[in-house]
Amino acid sequence: MSRVLRRGAGLLALWLALLGAPAFAHKASDSYLTLAVDGRSIEGQWDIALRDLELAVGLDADGDGAITWGELRARHERVAAYALSRLRLGAEGSPCPLRAVAHLVDRHSDGGYAVLRFGGECERAVRELEVDYRLLFELDPQHRGLLRVEAGGATHSAVLADDARVRTVAVGESSRCAAFVSFFRDGITHIWLGFDHVLFLLALLLPAVLVRLAPGWRPVGSFGTALRTTVKIVTAFTLAHSITLSLAVLDVVSVPSRLVESLIALSVLLAAADNLLPFLPDRRWEVAFVFGLVHGFGFATVLLDLGLPRGALFVALAGFNLGVEAGQLAIVSAFLPLAYRLRTSGLYRGLVLRGGSAAIAAIALGLLV
Amino acid sequence: MANAALRRILAPALVGGLALGAAGLATAAPHVPARDDEIVERLPSSLRRPALRKAAALHARLRRDPADLSVALTLATRYVAQARAESDPRFLGYAQAALAPWWHQSEPPVAVLVLRATIRQSSHAFAPALDDLARALRRDPGNVQAWLTQATVQQVVGAPLAARASCEQLAMLAPGLVHATCLAAADSALGRAPEAYAMLAAEIERARRAPKTLLAWSRTLLAEIAERLGRYADAERHFRAALEAEPGDTYLLGAYADFLLDRGRAREVLRLIPADTRFDPLLLRLALAADQTREPEAGRYVQELHVRLEATRARGDAVHLREEARFALYLRADPAAALELAQANWQQQKEPADARILLEAAAAAGRPDAAAPVLRWLDETGLESVVLAPLAAQLREPS
Repeated sequence: MSRVLRRGAGLLALWLALLGAPAFAHKASDSYLTLAVDGRSIEGQWDIALRDLELAVGLDADGDGAITWGELRARHERVAAYALSRLRLGAEGSPCPLRAVAHLVDRHSDGGYAVLRFGGECERAVRELEVDYRLLFELDPQHRGLLRVEAGGATHSAVLADDARVRTVAVGESSRCAAFVSFFRDGITHIWLGFDHVLFLLALLLPAVLVRLAPGWRPVGSFGTALRTTVKIVTAFTLAHSITLSLAVLDVVSVPSRLVESLIALSVLLAAADNLLPFLPDRRWEVAFVFGLVHGFGFATVLLDLGLPRGALFVALAGFNLGVEAGQLAIVSAFLPLAYRLRTSGLYRGLVLRGGSAAIAAIALGLLV
Repeated sequence: MANAALRRILAPALVGGLALGAAGLATAAPHVPARDDEIVERLPSSLRRPALRKAAALHARLRRDPADLSVALTLATRYVAQARAESDPRFLGYAQAALAPWWHQSEPPVAVLVLRATIRQSSHAFAPALDDLARALRRDPGNVQAWLTQATVQQVVGAPLAARASCEQLAMLAPGLVHATCLAAADSALGRAPEAYAMLAAEIERARRAPKTLLAWSRTLLAEIAERLGRYADAERHFRAALEAEPGDTYLLGAYADFLLDRGRAREVLRLIPADTRFDPLLLRLALAADQTREPEAGRYVQELHVRLEATRARGDAVHLREEARFALYLRADPAAALELAQANWQQQKEPADARILLEAAAAAGRPDAAAPVLRWLDETGLESVVLAPLAAQLREPS
């Protein structure tokens, strides 16, 4: 046989080795990365094949071809350092530092995996999560990271590869409508959970069904009167806090949040105290307006903390504000008919108005100190 | 047909069961082992210390100088051979890593081009592979490896005329049997199947001392040509001879299993393929056979196959579309999904098996229009097949 043919025969093995596309008994290298995002915090679970870790950091200490739990345990810190150094998570441009929480193992269809559980806090609330993945690529560029991001009940999936290392996952919804709804919900939640605002409102509204006539309170004549009073108070409050909320969020005015919190507590105290010992102007809607300005700054702190989507600032602002109004409306419309019905009873004037105001004042005092 | 009706009823149940089963199989149960000596993974021999040490020296040299072409080529060639020997695609990734400095170049050294083409065609990136091979052959027209690989890939993508031209280049460069097998594969798809058969059979007789792998491959092709011509006794003879030479060859096992399934000899398939096979295409044949013989194991095979196909799909690899299409049509009774998969598969590769699943899926889904590309291809090439001809005729008829 000529030398040429002999060379051909030698190369034959290699050619036959991969005739067409051969069947493989194993799968290519994948890792499974699941991230659960909630507000600012991230919880992650990362399944990495033990075969891959053996290549990357070495696990089989005694070289007997079997990796035991003991051998893996001895390398846990190294594994965590290796893995977490190859993953960068960020939200709105700022990083989310990660730290390992737990080490476990699991089996998938193609073998044993190390399971790394980790957590992290982002500096801002996550609306868009940036994932920068670079595990194993320098050893095996065909490795893939199978990413799942769970947030707000929805799951987003992606495949991270050597030529697609970075992915941005919109964790909140990205449409304007969805942003509006999301912040609307946040607004309602905040007014309901922000008991300092509710207390203030209640303090102002408790006497709405009564009329101050010396020597004390008298029930108001008609529901219409009570309603008009309530509407004036609530509208004034709403107008005021909308103004300051917008000013603060748009960065036109800024007030230190500690001061704001104290002022809010003070407003609650004064409104409640006034029910017991009148000293504020009679037209309560003026009171509502002035103190509403302060409350608006309080709302702004919350809204800024939630993290505003750069692309939908006004939508978020409008949504949040309207959410607050809706929440308020719900409280007021629940309270008013009930109060009106009870207004004639001495129990109302005694326990509810005086006792309630005293309780509110006490709470406010507690908040102040 | 009662069978089809039964399938239609059972299919939703099967799908539901599949979903639950897959969820069960896929639902991870991470845990902390109770004991330190519990084994969490067994490494393949290639990852053990002795084997790694051999490669370690080469890797050390490559780390010192990543642009050292000869070391990179040595490593990459070893890994490519290992990928086949261990049936493990991770090694293709390692080979690619060794070639990293040249991987994205449009005109790297010829040896790199050929290796890159080999690696790419393994993940079904046939067009980029052919591009690499064309460049390599422009610069080194005497490169046997490149001609062989090019002929193979051209055959797979359904260009037998081009494959034939590539085979012709091997007349002076490769052993006679290689040249003959290459030509026979192309000719059998060009309407010259009987002549191809006769020529190849004669050549095998002359080359009895050829390497076993080569003989097995040539005999497998002979068996497939005989099968396409309806000469079943001859086909059986050649399959068996090939199996004697290479009992573990997965392509051969799959082809013979398909032959047996078509002859209604599903039970023999269950004896042919080990129940714990790790090869997805073989697991498919096992599942088909178990399904046909109503084995109790059928459900388990189907579930496992589903999980494995999903795992490949999850990472974005589309290397099992033919198997997925067959799975959808015959084991999930979902002709619509099967047709979609078969069509996607046809975009990638055009061998007789790909034509067959597309025609079968089109017929089952009541979409004769979808068969048009295959019918056109059959007309152009003149491929003879006793299975494809009636299928094609049925789909050509306005019904």
